[in-house]
Amino acid sequence: MSTLTELDLATTSITTLVSDCEELIRDTSMPSVRTWKERTGGIAIGFMPTYIPRELLHAQGVLPVGIMGAGDIEIIRGDAYYQSYICHIPRSTVELGLNGSLDCLDGMVFPAICDVIRNLSGMWKMMFADKLVHYLDLPQDFSAEIGGTFYRHDLELLSQKLVDAGARPLEAEALRASIRAYNENSRAVRALYDLRRREPWRVPTAELYVALRAGLVLPVESHTALLERFSALVQAQTDRVPVDQARVILTGSFCEQPPLGLIKTLERSGCYIVDDDFVQVSRWFRGDISETGDPLDALVGAFLNDAPACPTRYIDDGEKGRELVDRVGACGAEGVLFCAPSFCDPALLDQPMDTAAVTRAGIPWTAFKYSEDTGQFQVIREQAGTFADSIKLWSGT
Amino acid sequence: MSTTEDPRAVAKDASQERQKRMIADHFSRLARSEERGEKCVYTFVPGNLTELLLAFDVAPVLPEINALQSGMRGLSKDYIALAEKEGHSEDVCTYVKCDIGMLRSGNIGPTGERLPDPDLLLLSYTGCFTFLKWFELLKQEYDCPVTMLHVPYQADGRITDEMRKYVVDQLRDKIIPALEQMTGKAYDEDRLRELLARSARAEDDLVAVLESAKHKPSPIDAYFGGVYYIGPIFTAFRGTQEAVDYYRVLREEVEERIRLGKGPIIPSGELEQEKYRLVVEGPPNWTNFRQFWEMFTDEGAVVVASTYTKVGGVYDDGFRHDPERPLESLAEYCLGCYTNLNLPSRVEKLANYVRDYEADGFLINSVKSCNSFSAGQLMMLREVETRTGVPGGFIESDLVDPRYFSAANIKNRLESYFQMIEQKRARGVTR
Ligand code: SF4
Ligand code: SF4
Repeated sequence: MSTLTELDLATTSITTLVSDCEELIRDTSMPSVRTWKERTGGIAIGFMPTYIPRELLHAQGVLPVGIMGAGDIEIIRGDAYYQSYICHIPRSTVELGLNGSLDCLDGMVFPAICDVIRNLSGMWKMMFADKLVHYLDLPQDFSAEIGGTFYRHDLELLSQKLVDAGARPLEAEALRASIRAYNENSRAVRALYDLRRREPWRVPTAELYVALRAGLVLPVESHTALLERFSALVQAQTDRVPVDQARVILTGSFCEQPPLGLIKTLERSGCYIVDDDFVQVSRWFRGDISETGDPLDALVGAFLNDAPACPTRYIDDGEKGRELVDRVGACGAEGVLFCAPSFCDPALLDQPMDTAAVTRAGIPWTAFKYSEDTGQFQVIREQAGTFADSIKLWSGT
Repeated sequence: MSTTEDPRAVAKDASQERQKRMIADHFSRLARSEERGEKCVYTFVPGNLTELLLAFDVAPVLPEINALQSGMRGLSKDYIALAEKEGHSEDVCTYVKCDIGMLRSGNIGPTGERLPDPDLLLLSYTGCFTFLKWFELLKQEYDCPVTMLHVPYQADGRITDEMRKYVVDQLRDKIIPALEQMTGKAYDEDRLRELLARSARAEDDLVAVLESAKHKPSPIDAYFGGVYYIGPIFTAFRGTQEAVDYYRVLREEVEERIRLGKGPIIPSGELEQEKYRLVVEGPPNWTNFRQFWEMFTDEGAVVVASTYTKVGGVYDDGFRHDPERPLESLAEYCLGCYTNLNLPSRVEKLANYVRDYEADGFLINSVKSCNSFSAGQLMMLREVETRTGVPGGFIESDLVDPRYFSAANIKNRLESYFQMIEQKRARGVTR
């Protein structure tokens, strides 16, 4: 494959771009990260889903690298760490750690999203004692004085740990510049989501998804350029025309990722996915993070006030499932696919509340589970196909 | 009870009788609370703020306790089925589903009386992510306010000033005002101090009871028996005189058993011979509790230390509620609960237990429900084995879902495990 970091995007076709992105995801040894390290001499820090403030790492010259499991790689040692009733992503992550794929990382950040990831942070400390390990205890109190103060301190602690691991100290101006770089990236992502919402036939989700995943291993500036090129290329495809597919929103896949084959299967079975929660770190905030004032406060403020109603975030007031219903309306979806990893507490505990809200709103839905290494999609294909057909039938009447 | 009663004059298991009474009284008080105009708060065991609630004359209702009681009374299977029929996933914590099913079936508590609806849902988010979702679910069922206390995780194995401050700030600015609003009473710190002082006295005695297992033979079973011992202090009684009295009587009973060289009380009477001393990690199974316990006692196995008896508070490291620092010590209590400790700390704790209690082995009961406990336990198993040199065993079950308690399987595993200890013994490896 071409090295996307050094790729001359101007000459790339959509097919090459997408297949390069796919290759970036497939190659768990992360050559792009290794290349970046050699070129810059900087350090790279991995992070688990769903959200960490990548701006902070970037400002200290660190490459943030998103780890979203390892798809269907053969698990040799990871299974010995987990009982059968625990989801798949921690075992594949452990596998990557033990098979040397993550050697290029100088540490890992584990955000507070569930007890599996939380406990994995402690396992990591025991397995990789010489590397930076930080559990990012995202606040569930969303007031500036209480949750904000606590979170700001947590970020300062992370920043200090990065310095100890070899990063440069945090400076306000650098952080402001990083916020700008990531705002630009999020805008590019949001623009693509808007485009897909308007013209889903132009932006197949399987393509958009790999383009987003590429951003987990590329420097943000390269990724923004990639997204812009991707956008130009998909808009230039004249052979992509609308067909009669059901518009659906897919929810529940914010951590362990479905196999790419599953996403393709859903699209082939008659669904246009017009909104989803894949790779949420790339559009965690509804709008831009403030580029003025104290930049650390800006990161904190955005987290407290502008984050989505992800299942990992406590809904203190307001109605559970409301945001999902609103999103269905906003993206003009005709149905909801609840698509969660098996044994995923946050997704599956949320599901009854969300399905109730969606049902109350008269929106059709269907639910299924997957594992990142699922290889058989026949049952899901039929289920999604029937669902899409029933929507089309229903909307036709 | 009368506090002047001479505890030495009461029968051997007077503490058990006393505890049964306390808990029955608590549930009947709850059943009558609505008619008596008393307020109640639903909250969780880890990080419970019982003293604070009692300072407002508010009674706590603990959904986990209701779930485990339903498990012990053979009701959980149907409750879980009901919740699953409503769309709750088979993959998630069975306590939650048991609670939802119980609610749908009339919210009848362990004494056969209906539990009151909450006046407030106090979400003490300590050590378990599922708690968040549990109360989001309950919030849809009740027309009452919810207030949340987020307790940060001890990810680096220590409590920092910022963590303590975060919890104290929430107590002061969120939890206390919510309680004031609900009860119409002002926060009375002196009253809280009195309650905390009593907590500390009971905690001293609880620790003495738990540490009595260092004696050989151990006068207690610190897991199966232990769940009874922790009952009052983990639930509605921390800070009360009843708890102080209960733990004093219990301690005296246990000291008497040591003096007489007796082993622990077990379902069939008393354990005659202590053959194996074990440390256990993980919660027990409640649906087949007695059968499970007997798989140990039949082999002469006594649990000398367990981590489950630390979920509602770790006291054997020296922590005590402190009347001089009321909110700070409540914060430290919440931060210190067992499932809020990181994995290296949990491994260290287990290894220390093996050493300090001179255990022959340690065993993990891994429950399907609970990622907070279970995720990482296989690694803990290997780490503790490496550090202590004693054999580790691993069994799997669930809390209140009887579908995941396979008696034959567990019994087989335990038998092979005890054989492994024997073999090591024969080679002179263990104590
Ligand atoms: S898939 Fe779900 S349960 Fe598993 S680690 Fe991710 S959020 Fe946690
Ligand atoms: S997941 Fe574990 S700690 Fe949490 S509610 Fe269930 S049993 Fe309790």
